[in-house]
Amino acid sequence: MKVRVIMAMIRKEFAQFFRDPANIRMLIVMPVVQLLLLPLAADYEVKSVRVCIVDSDHSPLSHELTAKIAANPHMHVGCKAESFEQALEGMERDEIDIALLIPAHFERDLVRNQNPVLSASVHAVNGQRASVGSQYLLQILADFNNKVRMNWLQLPKFNPVPLVDITHTYLYNPRMDYPSYMVPGILVILLTMVGFSLASMNLVREKEIGTIEQINVSPVRKSEFILGKLIPFWILGLVVLTLGLGIAAVFYGIYPRGSVGTIYAFASLYLLAILGLALLLSAFAQTQQQVMLVSYFVMMIFILLSGLYTSVESMPPWAQMTTHLNPVAHFIVVIRMVVLKGSTLSDILPHVGAMAAMAGILLPLAIWSYRKHF
Amino acid sequence: MDSIIARTLSKTYRSGKSETHALRGIDLDIPAGELFGLVGPDGAGKTTLIRILVSLILPDQGTASVGGMDVVRDYGLLRRRIGYVPGRFSLYQDLTVQENLHFFASVFGVNADEQYGSVREIYKYLEPFRNRKAGQLSGGMKQKLALSCALIHHPSVLFLDEPTTGVDAVSRKEFWILLSQLRSQGMTIFVSTPYMDEAARCDRVGLIQEGKMLRIDTPSAIVREFPLTLYALSTDRMSRVKADLSGCAEVRSAFAFGTNYHLTFYTEEGPRTCVHLLQQKGHSSIRLEVIQPGIEDCFMYFMKEA
Repeated sequence: MKVRVIMAMIRKEFAQFFRDPANIRMLIVMPVVQLLLLPLAADYEVKSVRVCIVDSDHSPLSHELTAKIAANPHMHVGCKAESFEQALEGMERDEIDIALLIPAHFERDLVRNQNPVLSASVHAVNGQRASVGSQYLLQILADFNNKVRMNWLQLPKFNPVPLVDITHTYLYNPRMDYPSYMVPGILVILLTMVGFSLASMNLVREKEIGTIEQINVSPVRKSEFILGKLIPFWILGLVVLTLGLGIAAVFYGIYPRGSVGTIYAFASLYLLAILGLALLLSAFAQTQQQVMLVSYFVMMIFILLSGLYTSVESMPPWAQMTTHLNPVAHFIVVIRMVVLKGSTLSDILPHVGAMAAMAGILLPLAIWSYRKHF
Repeated sequence: MDSIIARTLSKTYRSGKSETHALRGIDLDIPAGELFGLVGPDGAGKTTLIRILVSLILPDQGTASVGGMDVVRDYGLLRRRIGYVPGRFSLYQDLTVQENLHFFASVFGVNADEQYGSVREIYKYLEPFRNRKAGQLSGGMKQKLALSCALIHHPSVLFLDEPTTGVDAVSRKEFWILLSQLRSQGMTIFVSTPYMDEAARCDRVGLIQEGKMLRIDTPSAIVREFPLTLYALSTDRMSRVKADLSGCAEVRSAFAFGTNYHLTFYTEEGPRTCVHLLQQKGHSSIRLEVIQPGIEDCFMYFMKEA
């Protein structure tokens, strides 16, 4: 391998890249738009749960319960259905999320200690909304329950059974705010998309317009050629990362708790693996269209199984296994650990190992397959 | 000493169940310093042969060497010693003339500025456009740039695949003058072309058709080998000649050449029968005279007889 040849390749790549204003726009506009828009869209907080309360009791206690639910900022008590059936019809029309039935004699049964039963039906087409909404409702009901007990039941002076009260504190992201969680993840996706598509498209373009012919009859070795392609996009990837970290700091006030150096170190390794895969795929493709479809497919799987949107722990076991082979999943875990938790290089060592292994396999494979396909 | 040698080169392309025999046993011996022209119609196998000789594809059978280097075994060394101008413009269209030259110079490890001397003759045409993107050059200029890039490292053998296809007449002429200049400097040149008139400018030409080499000889020897008497025909109704002659069994071949038809006949009686027939069909001012065959007539003849 000759440094002179690789340098010539790199100079050529940058000259071509910066000659096209569309490339520069893509490099800057894409990260900015994605980082500013996506975290807002990927917000899981359920802001307004529309509840319909069917009060068949009309007692002071049932009114109190209704008022308590309505007072919750996340709950929106809109309809006043006469019957439970009517409420369910409203749900059918997507007008309400939860229908709550307060049965007749609710107050009387409660006072007589006959355990009255409240029934709630939850609109579960959107699973996220359903589970968060019913969580809210259950919390309100539990609260209400305690109050009723205090007021109506004669409690013994001392608790006959010792009670364990559980309180919890959220560590690392105390306000549970989504941007701090999502922005680093989206930054990973961004880095992946920019690096992956730029590199794979670029290589196939050389095939499509035939410039690879001239390279192939020159003494440029395949390894020099691949490295000459890899290094420019590796640098551009790190530029995007820098831009993204800047946006995270300026717009979201997210400053990595851990060292920025750790993020760059891991990203460098990560880009080697991702670019290796991109170059490997483009070794087999003949047209930009082919490579675009294949990379779209690969990206989709990587991203959906990465744990960006859904936590890896809630995936079925086989899917959890695949995340070990998914570079995106590794980086998302790492960047969240470093940004939110302040993890150091030694904490993320297993991920570093996995990424090094991937890069170590994919890169030589890309070079090797170029030997065969030209 | 022979510079380009090929022995029974064969290549078959397979796609699915269909097979295309691009080359069927090509033998070649081209001495160093020769300007060799490979002439043949589209699809004859010209590009395949060149791509094998420049080590871009592997032959299925046979061997070939260029400058003593085997095209399969010594491809690394070979690529430093040859220049190749592909049929399709393969330089970076979004880079300027100068950037392209500099890139290929550094790839070959030569200093572009020092090498300008060696490509001066060609580069003088390009000099005014050195900061223009290669994609914005005219066809003729593109070819001159491709030639410059192929010559930047002083190759001893130069391969050109249809360099003048799609280039205007003036540029074609200039291009051939450049090639003869290179030849006079001692370079071996292997050039393919679908234009038979260009063959006359080569030291020797090879006529290839359907993957077989029909003839290899000097242009004058090929003309001498023409065994028939050739006639040129013109009448006042040229557009109908082809249709009107189709009924004449005496006509062996008839090809349109510019404003004339070039004819050969099976018998001595042929010319008279033909003129008679044309008169009957209403042609007048008929001129039929014996002419010396050109190289194109010979190619037409050999290809038809093959």
